Amino acid sequence: MSEKIKHGPFWTAFFAIVSLAWIFPLALVLINSFKKKIYISTDTFSLPTGKEFAGLFNYTDGIEKTDFIQSFGWSLLITIGAVLVILLCTSMCAWWIVRVNNWVAKTIYLLFLLNMIVPFQMVMFPLSKMADMLSLNTPWGLCLVYLGFGAGLPVFIFTGVIKSIPQEIEEAAMIDGASTMRTYFTIVVPMMRSSIISVAILQTMWIWNDYLLPYLTLDMQRFKTIPIAIQYLRGGYGSVDMGALMACLVLAIIPIVIFFAFCQKYIIQGITAGAVKG
Amino acid sequence: MITMTGRVIKRWWPMFALPTCFAFVLGFVVPLVMGIYLSFTEFTTITDSEWVGLKNYRRALQDPDFLHALLFTVAFTIVTTILINVAAFFVAYMFTKAMRGAKLFRSVFFMPNLIGGIVLGYIWQLLLNGVLAHWDISLTYHAKYGFVGMVIMVCWQQIGYMMVIYIAGLQNVPGDVMEAAAVDGATPRQVLFRITIPLMMPSITVCSFLTVTNGFKLFDQNLALTNGAPSDTSEMLALNIYRTFYGRAGFEGVGQAKAVMFFVLVALIAVIQNKITTSKEVQA
Repeated sequence: MSEKIKHGPFWTAFFAIVSLAWIFPLALVLINSFKKKIYISTDTFSLPTGKEFAGLFNYTDGIEKTDFIQSFGWSLLITIGAVLVILLCTSMCAWWIVRVNNWVAKTIYLLFLLNMIVPFQMVMFPLSKMADMLSLNTPWGLCLVYLGFGAGLPVFIFTGVIKSIPQEIEEAAMIDGASTMRTYFTIVVPMMRSSIISVAILQTMWIWNDYLLPYLTLDMQRFKTIPIAIQYLRGGYGSVDMGALMACLVLAIIPIVIFFAFCQKYIIQGITAGAVKG
Repeated sequence: MITMTGRVIKRWWPMFALPTCFAFVLGFVVPLVMGIYLSFTEFTTITDSEWVGLKNYRRALQDPDFLHALLFTVAFTIVTTILINVAAFFVAYMFTKAMRGAKLFRSVFFMPNLIGGIVLGYIWQLLLNGVLAHWDISLTYHAKYGFVGMVIMVCWQQIGYMMVIYIAGLQNVPGDVMEAAAVDGATPRQVLFRITIPLMMPSITVCSFLTVTNGFKLFDQNLALTNGAPSDTSEMLALNIYRTFYGRAGFEGVGQAKAVMFFVLVALIAVIQNKITTSKEVQA
């Protein structure tokens, strides 16, 4: 059908203009990151020329004020750590749920489904206090919290995939003498490959950008992720260092653009896989 | 009936099921149960709770800011759900047809989704305040600017996401059905409304579910763009609940009661919305 109707140059031109408008906000932040801070609020739409040009001062200033390098490191560590833990544990759990399939497994599965519709505000207060009491206020503890609070969707997607894998293959492997572990890692995991990538993408997008959960869980004296560092820079109601803020926004967007450029295919695939009907 | 593999795997529960279930109990089940219990008590930390019955719920419902936030959120969700879904469907519909540059446009539309809510909020604060400066006002001058600003921002962010889902749905619509309709003399418009859209209902169900729940749960963008200003009038439900917990001493119980009502509301709306759109689904 896609070959039947073609759109002419009018629509290409139309979407070209809309696309330019779409990236305009990002371009505007980039332009302003090179301006001296006093001009950012007053001359938002002018180019950073002449006396307004600040060179890379905003960047060095912003990196210093927010400890940006450190925040970047914590964000990276937490995202990679939590995503790996989630992938490993939830996929194993999903296999157990599908293959065992007794009342225990079914009850656990229903609880995971419930997890998907409970908003974070519901558990926010008890969870953050508990994390504090149990000393989970470090990046390592946070990975465990993410595994707990974020298990619903991965388990749901993985159980769906595993149900479509014929059990005979696993049975054959076991009869041939493969251990349960070996059967899982050499037979089941390779067959789940594309869904594992999808879940990894979905969880990465969530955890990398998450603000409230790490803010309430982590020890703020020691660990700040990028969104938290930016929010701290913005601070309360006092005067805001717009220059440093612009530079930090640009620095926060760059890794995302790189990630997108390399993984676009998988991101699209991941979102489509995540859009399963509940 | 339990199968052979099932019987073998069952014994391996400490390896396979336990880690996730342990974290799940710690990070979800216990906080959820505790949250429900705490909503009927007065407390400052979770260990000094004292049973007060429905008092917290009464106080929450008497809080004018909470009711205002509820109305604000409902209005916001309705507006964004309609705008995002109509725009995303239109864009997806155009991009599945042969068009020069469709691939590039698709990437551009999608990109804002990867940027987190806090960063998005500050990007749009710069742009919108820059525009409003022409009239010597800012986003926090009146709640209506905050409302429109958040609508624009959330549309900008989510149209690309829903577009991806709609494109996947459109690619699954069987081409022969449409060809048959076209051969029978249906106009492109009739094909769209009588055939494509009914066959697309599963995608529409998913996308409207996502936009509705995203609208209700919006927090980061609200915090960054207006932070509720002026005087809490652009505050949405999630932010109102957060501030009840952490902004006012002695209101922790009220905050928890609000959170329970919030949860029930989100769950109810999700179920009703799912029922309505699912009932409109057809088979090709």
